[in-house]
Parts: sequence; structure tokens; C-alpha cells
Amino acid sequence: MSSRRTETGGRIDRLRTIRFTFDGAPYTGHAGDTLASALLASGVTLFGRSFKYHRPRGLLAAGVEEPNALVTVLRGDVREPNIPATMVEIYDGLVAVSQNRSPSLAWDISALNQLGGKVLSAGFYYKTFMGPVIGPLKGTRFWMFCEHFIRRAAGLGRAGTAPDTSRYERMNAFCDVLVVGSGPAGLMAAKAAADQGARVILAELEARFGGSANWSGETIDDAPAADWAGRLVGQLEGNDNVRLLPRTTVWGYYDGNTLAALERVTDHKEVAARGEPRQRYWAIRAGTVVLATGSFERPLVFPGNDRPGVMLAHAAERYANEYAVLPGERTVVFTNNDSAYRSAVALKKAGAAVVAIVDVRSDVSSEMSRLASEADAELLAGHAVVATEGGKALTGLKVQRFDLTSGALSGDERSIHADCLAMSGGWSPTIHLASQAGARAEWDPGRQAFLPPQPTQRWIGAGAFTGSFSTAEAIAEGRAAGLQAAGGTASLAPLPVVEAVPGDPDPAPVFEIKAKGKSFVDFQHDVTAEDVRLAHREGFVSVEHLKRYTTLGMATDQGKSSNVPGLAIMAEALGKPIPEVGTTRFRPPYTAVSIGSLAAERFGDLKPERLTPMHDWHIENGATMYSAGLWYRPMIYGLAGETVEQAYVREAKATRESAGIVDVSTLGKIAVQGPDAAEFLDRVYTNMFSTLAVGKARYGLMLREDGLAFDDGTTWRLGEQDFLMTTTTANAGKVMQHLEYFLDVIWPELKVTVTSVTDEWAGAAIGGPKARAILAACVKGTAVDNAALPFMGIVHGEIASVPVMICRLSFSGEMAFEVYSGAGYGTRVWEALIEAGKPFGLVTYGLEALGTMRIEKGHVTGAEIDGRTTARDLHLDWMLSKKKPFIGSAMMDREGLIASDRLQLVGLVSLDNRPFNGGAHVVEELDEANPHGSIGHITACCYSPALGKYIALALVKGGKARHGTRAFVSDPLRNRFGPIEIVSNHFYDPDGSRMHG
Amino acid sequence: MLITCPYCGPRDVIEFTYQGDGNRERPQPVSQDLDAWNAYVYDRLNPAGDHNEIWQHSGGCRAHLRVVRNTVTHEILSTAFARGGHKSAGHRTEGKP
Ligand SMILES: [Zn+2]
Repeated sequence: MSSRRTETGGRIDRLRTIRFTFDGAPYTGHAGDTLASALLASGVTLFGRSFKYHRPRGLLAAGVEEPNALVTVLRGDVREPNIPATMVEIYDGLVAVSQNRSPSLAWDISALNQLGGKVLSAGFYYKTFMGPVIGPLKGTRFWMFCEHFIRRAAGLGRAGTAPDTSRYERMNAFCDVLVVGSGPAGLMAAKAAADQGARVILAELEARFGGSANWSGETIDDAPAADWAGRLVGQLEGNDNVRLLPRTTVWGYYDGNTLAALERVTDHKEVAARGEPRQRYWAIRAGTVVLATGSFERPLVFPGNDRPGVMLAHAAERYANEYAVLPGERTVVFTNNDSAYRSAVALKKAGAAVVAIVDVRSDVSSEMSRLASEADAELLAGHAVVATEGGKALTGLKVQRFDLTSGALSGDERSIHADCLAMSGGWSPTIHLASQAGARAEWDPGRQAFLPPQPTQRWIGAGAFTGSFSTAEAIAEGRAAGLQAAGGTASLAPLPVVEAVPGDPDPAPVFEIKAKGKSFVDFQHDVTAEDVRLAHREGFVSVEHLKRYTTLGMATDQGKSSNVPGLAIMAEALGKPIPEVGTTRFRPPYTAVSIGSLAAERFGDLKPERLTPMHDWHIENGATMYSAGLWYRPMIYGLAGETVEQAYVREAKATRESAGIVDVSTLGKIAVQGPDAAEFLDRVYTNMFSTLAVGKARYGLMLREDGLAFDDGTTWRLGEQDFLMTTTTANAGKVMQHLEYFLDVIWPELKVTVTSVTDEWAGAAIGGPKARAILAACVKGTAVDNAALPFMGIVHGEIASVPVMICRLSFSGEMAFEVYSGAGYGTRVWEALIEAGKPFGLVTYGLEALGTMRIEKGHVTGAEIDGRTTARDLHLDWMLSKKKPFIGSAMMDREGLIASDRLQLVGLVSLDNRPFNGGAHVVEELDEANPHGSIGHITACCYSPALGKYIALALVKGGKARHGTRAFVSDPLRNRFGPIEIVSNHFYDPDGSRMHG
Repeated sequence: MLITCPYCGPRDVIEFTYQGDGNRERPQPVSQDLDAWNAYVYDRLNPAGDHNEIWQHSGGCRAHLRVVRNTVTHEILSTAFARGGHKSAGHRTEGKP
């Protein structure tokens, strides 16, 4: 492979040689090269294989819109696929591989797909993958089998499986003016805004600021445009108000002028500097956005337009001027507009032979004729390229006479020997961000392009983005936009003077040359002009349907180069003008965005941990912790060699025989205070609280507005206007929000405040026959006997010199007390209780034993209050006051909520002495082969030491009427079937004699 | 989207919790008019355009706000405490710069 590097010129550092590999072979390039330019300089023409047909493909473009030359970059085991080679800056040690080829890029077996082109035409996914609906393979998985191979053959890069160890960062930024794009328009806008004192962010998706100034060959203020741009960038760098973001793609424009950008911080480095993330996600809130995003050159659609060596004219010019690489030695230019003439002159200047300029227009201006002579090129006006030749590189092409109005070809084909074809089908402003921000783009018949819509957010366009393709216009519009964005007045100061090649910005309205052979519209998805017409013949008329059916514009490049030609061909097929066919709206992201950057620091185990005040004690004393929401709670305090079941059975048994203590600090606690607190609670709970005496607690139930059960808990009246509400652990936040909503929105007249005090209190529940004796042994300042502390009574005292509040209430069914102290003293009080309990055989117990004892008692929790059950379903209708309305009272008696066949809470006893599983179904008749006929399901289950049986709580249709009947548990997932008896949910001590004492 | 909380100033939407259509009227607590209750509990306006909504500044001062928001453009037209009192005009994004 010969070197195509020119002797001089370019914005590369020839003194710095960089070594890298591509498909395992070593290459060199210079600092300032992209992977594309360095490989092109080394004579590489073949960069990839196409999506469906595996056709050889070379570089089409030089920038972000490149559809063909997609590569995978490897860093260790981490692979990042589908990156345009034009966007990869080379660094020492870069390892890149081509994609979609097997076994190698040059020799690709699947290229045979080309022979099966008919099979893989438009809609091939839909036609192929629907599967046989008749015939011997009907209903089989045959199509899945086929799909596996077709998908492997038709595809792009392969994602890796190694974990990405890179670090990503998220930044929130604020500015007065965000300038997107740093060509002459963007630079002028940033400078003008910064000079007004505005806070400016300038984002450029490439490594170099300057955009077209880096390769236009124009002169600005008597200096090469690139030097002029460099000077401006230097001035911006020196301004504290300005933040320059190179390698930063603004990829999303959201409401409220919020924009998302991706900064590739170290992708171009061999080794990241200490502390540098790989990529940084920027969320930018901008006062005003200046969109100076430029434009994309369009390819022309003609047979063989995808042959390696056929590229966009400006890309050829850019490789020559910016990277000092000649894409070919014998170049032909094919165009429908004036801009390619400048490219021809530039290529000639750089040392290439420009053999011919093929222009579809027969009338070419005298200025363009002069440029053709300057390029030493034969001008073939009124001609078109009708075929290309060559395999992995272009060797020649054929031209014919072309009639602009009819599109007809005539005369003999003429062959021209060439290794590069530089084409230009006109230019499309890069309106993606404006489109994301709101309104529809508007078709401009002169420019033959969609121009940006009227702003619906605060942005101003400048330069080629607006359809003003000359540098002089870009500079003027850029300065005006910058001034306006910063709130300045129009400047009368002279503008920089541009010396440029002249040209008419309007192309001829020619998108396709209809001749025999595959003419590609969407290079990346292998969509041909014929595919578009086929879709039309098959009845697709809407642009959105056509797009999905042909997959036009749906590849990773999102049709940056193919959208307008594709639309033009659709419009022609439909016999409609382009604006009537319309364009699709662009959506974020503008280019591919790594998932890592979106997650940034938010990955792994990021949820906060809520630990009770006694957490460390639990750990030190052998607790196995269990995560319940954000909380960590002891599950069991296992002894050596114990199973979980053995541990909780021991803990529950000991509690019922002597005493047990459990940490209940996680219960939600809300202080409800104020003159109307009692009235508020009457409205919130189904039962009365205004009648509750000070120093007493009451169990309460809340419903939702729709009448279904919401949450339960006890509320303590600490003073006339002072209540302490407890909620279930899981619902603490929801209940708080519920109370706040009613106080703020529905009943603002109530004088009540609610405050979450969950974290202020440590709570320990001590229960069992010996519980009172243990308390008596350590509590000072109050008696705890029946008279002083009756059931649901509250007393204040001290334990270990710490003030405590004790309420006699029971969840376990034993005589039990909840002891609350300030959170900071939780462990001190806990330890004092443990110490006092030693002579009485006190055990600590965890969630498993707590759950076991509550199941034995038939108490409900979140498993039963599941958002579908009513108070009646749970046999809590005794709590529904008839003396007052409350939240849910109006809706709770609706027909469906009082039906007799509703799922109701029952108890189940295993008759085969085997454990149950939560979620298992209850059936009347067992059918293991074909499980069906569920009449309910298990919500909670355990081994009951008190009953010596496996028991469960369940919600069963018309459950109450089924007490004493037999049924079956049916759990096909876990293969557990067996007989059960349906009983009352109150398994143990149903009259409550133990807790009342 | 920025919502201007009368207490806390313009804050990102991430700090707020949507609490539903602000046009609903809760029947009198003693009302037995099931149609009215049904309308209150289940019916929601869903306009394409300006909409009265309730938002809670759950990640901030926890006040509930009445917010007028354009559901098409996400423009916040005004915010006020649901309890009444202080009102605050939302920051307006002008159509034209
Ligand atoms: Zn607030």
C-alpha cells in the first residue's frame, strides 16, 4: 500500500509519529490524524462491509456523519463497537478492528448475500421473520433458527461482555449562551457573546475548534482561515467567562432550554490523566443557545455509488487540506452544484489529478468553468455518472449524457479511469437539535433542503445551519447571533474580510441517476433507491411507514447523509412534491451516547442504607441482617449450626414461653400536632381518635380515597394536641405524603402540622409472659402494673437514666410493651433491657420470628394490605366508624367491594406437614398436570411452633364461609401440591387473653 | 423542566412529585353522591395545552403547589401554594428570542 500523504500542508504534527493497529496490522499516523485519515494515508481503501449485502465499503465522509467506516475500538477486553473511524483520534497503542466481516475484511463469505439481493430487499425483516403460517413448518421455531444466522450476517459491531471499568462523570452546567459548533459562525457567536460579558459555553464535537476553517483553504482577514480561527480560540481561552468544550457532542435539546452533551474526555488518550473520567455527561441549562451546527453534504444516488473510493466532495477536500492525505491520484468530481468546484481546485492544489468534473447541469456558470480550468479538469456539463468499477477500490467509472429536466440518459457510455470519485448532491443544514427542540423543518426549494423551523425555545441559528453556506455569511450571522443572545445591540464594527471561491448555494434538483444497478440511498442500512420504490409499490405511502419498512435512516447514523435523498425518491414515487411528503422529526440522541455516561456515578449499590440505632449491637451479637426497603433489620440471631427455620422457631418459642425483644425502630413515626390534630385523625383513620384519652394509644386503619385499605398502625395521644402516629415500615413515606396532601390541598383550614420523626426515636418491643417483670426490674419513675399501665396505656419513665416512653401494645400476641427512647440512647436502653432480661430467659428475635408470631395471631401487614383488599376482606370492618365520614368512607361500600366472593383473609394449615411457599395458589380440585382454578393465594407462611404445624395466611374467594373446609395448595413453579384445611386467620389465642394478661 | 417553588425558587423537576390533576373537586365528606365521588377519584382532565396540576416539592420544602403547565411545551405558566397565599409566576420561555 502506497502512502497518500502529501509532502506539505495539513493540520497534523509530522514530527509526532503515532503507532496503532487496525485488524491486527501495524500502522503509523501523525498527531492530529483520525483513524480514517491515518489509514487513508497508508493506502487503505476498504474500511468495512455493508449491513445486508456485505459489500466492500470505504470512507464516504470525513466527519460524524460517516455511515460506512464503522470500527470497534478495543481497550483490554472492553470493546466499543460502531464508532465512525472519522471520529477516532489515533493514539499510541490504539487497537481498532473492522466490523461485519468474516473471516476477514478483504475476504468475506457473506458477500454472497449480494447474490440473494432479492431476498434481502425492503421489508426483509418483516417478510422473513413472521415465520411460516402454512405448510410443514407452520408453528415451528424454524424462523427463529433462520433469524439467528441472518442476524449474525446482517449486523454491525458486536458489543463486548467484559465489564466496563471506566469512570464516567455527570456535570450540571449553567450559562447565558451555549454555542453549539465552532466553525466561523460559532466562533464569532462565542466571541461576540463573551465580549458582552455573557457566560459562554462553546461545544465542538470534534477535537479541533474551527470547523470548515480548518480545511476551506479560504483567507480571513488576510490570514489562512485556520489561523484566524486559532487566534479567536486563543482569545476565548483567555476569557474567564468562557468554557471551551472540545470533543463534546450536544446530543439532546430538551424543554426549558436544557441540553445534554457528551464530552469524550480521554477516548483519544493512551492513558487517562489521574482523576480524569473517560467521558463526561453535561446537563446544560442555557439562557440562549446559538445553533451553529453547519450542514452535511449529500451523496448522489447512482449505480455503484457505494464503491470504496467514492466519497463526498468536501470530504476529499478535507482529507487533502486538513489531514494532508490525497484520497486518490486520479479524481473525478460529480456534482449537481457549485460547491464541488472548490473541492476540485483544492484537490488539484494538493497534488491530485482532477480528470473530469461531471455536472448534471448543462448550463454551468463562467465562474465555474474558470474553476474547472484552474483544476485542469475536463468539464462534462450535462453529464452523469452511471456506473462505477472496481472491487475493494475504485478503478474507473462510466458517464453518459444526462437531461436535467427529464432525468433521461442518452448517448454512448464513456469510461474514465479514476481511483477517486468526489460527489456532491448539495447540502442539508444540520437541523437536528432545532428539530428536537420543537417545530417542523421547512423545505426551501432554492436550497433543495430543509431549513430550521421557527424557534419554539430560546435559540438563534447562524451560518450553514440556517442555509447560509458562505463563510462571509456565517461570520456575519454568527456575530449577530452572539450579540443578540447576550442581549447586546447590533454592532457597526467592520466584519472580518473573507476571500473565498465564489459559488451559487442552490443546487440543481437532482438526487438520483436512474441507471441499471444498485444505487444506495442509506449506505449504513443498505437501502437502495429500488427498495424505496418497492415499498411504495407494496402500498406504503406514509413517510413514517416507508422509513420503518425500508429501515431507511434507522441505522446508527440515523440517516445523516441519506435523509433528504431518500425523501426525494419517496416523493417522486408518490408523485408528490417533497414538502408534502414531509420529513420525520429528529429525536435525541444526535449521535450514539454511551450508557455509562448516562449512568455516570449512579451505578452499583447506590441506595442509601438506613440503620437503626441498635444496628451495631445486632451485628456484634450474631444477627443475620435482612434488607427491608432501605432499612437493615435482624432476620434471625442464629446460633452455631442452626438453620433459619430452627433459629426463628427457637426465638418465637422462647418469646411465648418467657420473653423476647425485637428492634422496632424502623416503624414510621409521624408527629401530628396542633389544635385540629384529633379532628384530622378522625378524618384520616376509619376509627375515632378524638375520643382517645391522653396517655392512651389506639390501633388505627387508613383507607385510600377509593375505599381500599392503605395502612395500619397505632397512634398514641401524648397530649391534648399532640399525637405520635406509627405506620408500617414500608409505608412511612407514602403515609406522610398522604397526610401532607390532605392538609395542603384538601383541608388547608385545619390547624395541624405533621413531622416525620422516624429517625428521632429508637424503639424496642419486649413481649412474653415475663416481659412485665423485666420492665419492672429496670424502669424507674413509673409503675408498669395493670393499674398504671393497662393495655394500650402509655407511661413515661427512665431506663438506665434515659427518659423512655412505654406503650403497652402487642403485635406478637403476648403481653408486650414498646419502649421508645431518643435515638442516640437506643443502644443504651436496649442493653439495659437485655441485662434486666437475663434472669428471665429473654431472647432477641428477628423479623422471621416476628413474622411467625404475627401469622399465628392473624395480623395483617403489607402482604395482605396489598392495594387490592378492603377492610372487610381483612376482617377489619369492626374498625369502620359509622359515626363520621373518613377518607374512603364514601367509596368503600361500592358493589364490587362488598361482594361475597371477594378474596378474604383466611388461615391455612398444611395437612401433609410440608412447608408452604408465598404466592402459591389455593385450588378446590388438584390437577397437577394442568393447574387451574385458583380460588386464592398464600400471602405469608411459616412453621408455627405454637401449633406445631406449617401454617399460612391466604386471600381466598369467599374465604370466611370456607372455614373448616378442605382444599389444596397448587404451586406448579415449585412443584408443591398438597391438601390443606382452611381455617380462621386467628390461629393462636383468638380471644387475646395472653396480651390482656 | 424547572418549577418555581414560592419558597425555594426555580428548582429542577427531579425534586418534585406529580400529585395529579388540580381541577378535581372533592365532594363534601358526608356526600353520598357516588357519581361525584367517582368523578373525583377516577376522572382526570388530559388537555393538550395549559393544565392545572398539583405538584409537591417533595425533595425540598414539601409544600404542595398549584402549577399551570402547558402539557405540549412543558412551559410552566405559574405556580402558587396549594394552601393559598403567596403566588409566583413561573419563568416563561419566550417563543422568540
Ligand atoms: Zn419548595
